[in-house]
Amino acid sequence: MNKIVSSASDAASVQVATANGPVTPAKSKSGAFAHLIYVLRENPVTGIAFAMFGILIFAAIFGPMIVPYDPLATDASSVLQPPSFAHWFGTDNLGRDVFSRVVVATRLDLVISVAAVALSFVIGSFLGAVAGYRGGWTDITLNRVLDTIMAFPLFVLAMGVVAALGNSVANIIYATAIINIPFYARLVRAEVNIRRNAGFTLAAKLSGNSDARILAFHIFPNALPPMMVQVSLNLGWAILNAAGLSFIGLGVRPPTPEWGIMVAEGANFIVSGEWWLALFPGLSLMIAVLTFNLMGDGLRDIVDPRRRT
Amino acid sequence: MLSIKGLSVAFRTRNGEVNAVKGIDFELAKGERLGIVGESGSGKSVTSYALMRILDAGGQIKAGDAIYSGIDLRNASERDMRDIRGREISMIFQNPRAALNPIRKVGHQIEDVLRRHSRATRHNAKAKAIEALEAVKIRDAAARYEAYPFELSGGMCQRVVIALALACDPKLIIADEPTTGLDITTQKAVMDLVDDLVRARGMSSILITHDLGLASQYCDRIVVMKDGLIVEAGDPVTLFTDPQHAYTRKLVNATPRRTGSIRALLPEGERTELAPHVVGQKPLIDVVNLAKTYQGKSGPVHAVKKISFTIHEGESVGLVGESGCGKSTTSSMLVRLLDATSGSIFYRGEDIASLPAASFARHPLRSKIQMVFQDATDSLNPRFTARQAIADPLYRLMGMRGDAVTKRTEELAEMTGFPAHLLDRFPHQLSGGQKARVGIARALATEPDFLILDEPTAALDVSIQALVLNLLADLRVRLGISYLFVSHDLNVVRLLCDHVIVMQNGAIVESGPVATVMETPQHAYTRELLSAAPQAPEREIA
Repeated sequence: MNKIVSSASDAASVQVATANGPVTPAKSKSGAFAHLIYVLRENPVTGIAFAMFGILIFAAIFGPMIVPYDPLATDASSVLQPPSFAHWFGTDNLGRDVFSRVVVATRLDLVISVAAVALSFVIGSFLGAVAGYRGGWTDITLNRVLDTIMAFPLFVLAMGVVAALGNSVANIIYATAIINIPFYARLVRAEVNIRRNAGFTLAAKLSGNSDARILAFHIFPNALPPMMVQVSLNLGWAILNAAGLSFIGLGVRPPTPEWGIMVAEGANFIVSGEWWLALFPGLSLMIAVLTFNLMGDGLRDIVDPRRRT
Repeated sequence: MLSIKGLSVAFRTRNGEVNAVKGIDFELAKGERLGIVGESGSGKSVTSYALMRILDAGGQIKAGDAIYSGIDLRNASERDMRDIRGREISMIFQNPRAALNPIRKVGHQIEDVLRRHSRATRHNAKAKAIEALEAVKIRDAAARYEAYPFELSGGMCQRVVIALALACDPKLIIADEPTTGLDITTQKAVMDLVDDLVRARGMSSILITHDLGLASQYCDRIVVMKDGLIVEAGDPVTLFTDPQHAYTRKLVNATPRRTGSIRALLPEGERTELAPHVVGQKPLIDVVNLAKTYQGKSGPVHAVKKISFTIHEGESVGLVGESGCGKSTTSSMLVRLLDATSGSIFYRGEDIASLPAASFARHPLRSKIQMVFQDATDSLNPRFTARQAIADPLYRLMGMRGDAVTKRTEELAEMTGFPAHLLDRFPHQLSGGQKARVGIARALATEPDFLILDEPTAALDVSIQALVLNLLADLRVRLGISYLFVSHDLNVVRLLCDHVIVMQNGAIVESGPVATVMETPQHAYTRELLSAAPQAPEREIA
């Protein structure tokens, strides 16, 4: 059951390239497209998830251009207005348009989560693949290091990183990436380990492939389908983490529009009845996480050529 | 007792509905032993799953009736079916290890069945379970009751599965390829056991197998299935001696026997003249005192004990033995995937055993020694198309690029009879025989002198096996290469090899020219192997 996704890993994209290279490119490209259409049609949930993902991407790219108000512009004459035709999501305590802020925040939240997940995917895949293939001391050492990382709460690590390196978005990305490395390394390690003595691995050795080649081009691509599920779940968590960190004041700082900060700021006003300040950014957060979680199965089916018939 | 009329089973798939079974009729009398023979995809297993109503999701009985002792199996409620399964109709599955729960003691698993069907109470369940284990001739049953499946050998596991199936005295037992994956001597022991129990208890049985020889030995009547239809039915001797349908004739021909040439496996009309292959005088591979010792938990395990043999240029040597005899370890060492503990392997006078296996991938001799793996599915990367699989050694070992690769890949496909238009398919889109051809084409890509064939036909249907064996015989003549044919089946080895080596417990017990070993086996173990192979009724009998 295993095929094509734009992935952060070099190995994966080279593999995809060789898969399509010598083969008549037009034919296999249309095959991949037809497969994508099939996966989307077979499972309506996947279709919906990809549609929502498309909206998120659209908001991230074009958000600042299409929003009706400047997300940072304050307006003392319309403070804490409830949702109306002029302000769909209402306004906040400084008179800023909540709708504009929510839309503009999409880009920052997506960048943080995608960057963190991509980093941990690449590093985790590399470490896990080497450990799973070589076994022995490499494997044991890596596993104990991963255990240590897993025992670290994200927020404590993030505070440490911020204290040491300064409070910036990049440092928050690093902290989130480090915390997620073990999940990828463990998964890849297990997937590689069960294949290191498989018939096709031995056959690849007989065909003159070096160990590095076997690992990168023969074994690792076979671990991609379960990895895709992990990636999509992880994107969801990463967004929550980024929001959580900015909620406690790490990383992104006001007045930058970001869902976590907006919820944090809005929380103060819920008591006095201005529910829209926290509700709409919270809702966007929930929808984004849900989208990524729902995408998992679809992504797996897309990278799995055995799903094509 | 069981009457099936017009049974049709269909599966919903991505490409619409597929009819796996297309209206079959057969009847089974009390005490009768019926064999359903067919190749993969013939619908033989689906038929039995339909009877037990354990079809996979998407599968559905579309039409027809299945009446068992007056019970309509097609329309019975799920609650009724639960009572019927195990108590009335029971099943022995293909893979005994998969059929047993790996984390429960085998005794408890038997107790579960007994208690489910109220054949035992909490107090006497253990005694009854031990009784059931004794019935399948498991020695020291009281101790085995406490064993977990992983502690038992494959043959032992299958006995436990049989004990499970028979625990509640069913009237009908369905055995679905019960001996696949078992050694030939274990196969005989298991089949004899089932047969004895079925006869002693007066049960009916359905044996589902791809092996016409096996079915003819253990069944009173055989139905031959192809593409979801019954093409022929009759008693074994008539089927073998006077097959009516073209497909049955093809199956009968393809079943390996003690005599007959490799070409006789093919259907009449396709038997071209086989040119003789030339066996040279110079040794190609010379194995001297080769040994492999593993460090086990309870001391060293001597997998291969100082064996020596010679393979001449162009010669084909068969390496025969049961699982655990060291034949796979030997072939792994010869192909330089595994380092030997001691001893030498001389390739044209050069000792390659001293070169570490880890760096042999870049050695110039890598292209000269290649291997065809046992399981074609497992040995092909699921993400590589057939073209990429064949081209991989061309890029890595032959330094070919661009159009040269395409040309050579297509040449190899043509040579091995792999259809060129399927080259861009992934392994899961190919049939077993096609995958075997890809494996052979890949091994031949680097123009080796020496090819190790590790049971290359073990996972194939007999008619495909016949084609692949003949392909190998033709390639040997055309390319002048030597084979080491590793197998557990002397009847298959006989067809392709000049010389045969019989291994047991890591040592060579007998070796010699094939004809000599087959006709006048010296060692008791060789005789046991020969007698365990299912014998098809010979044509002369009629």
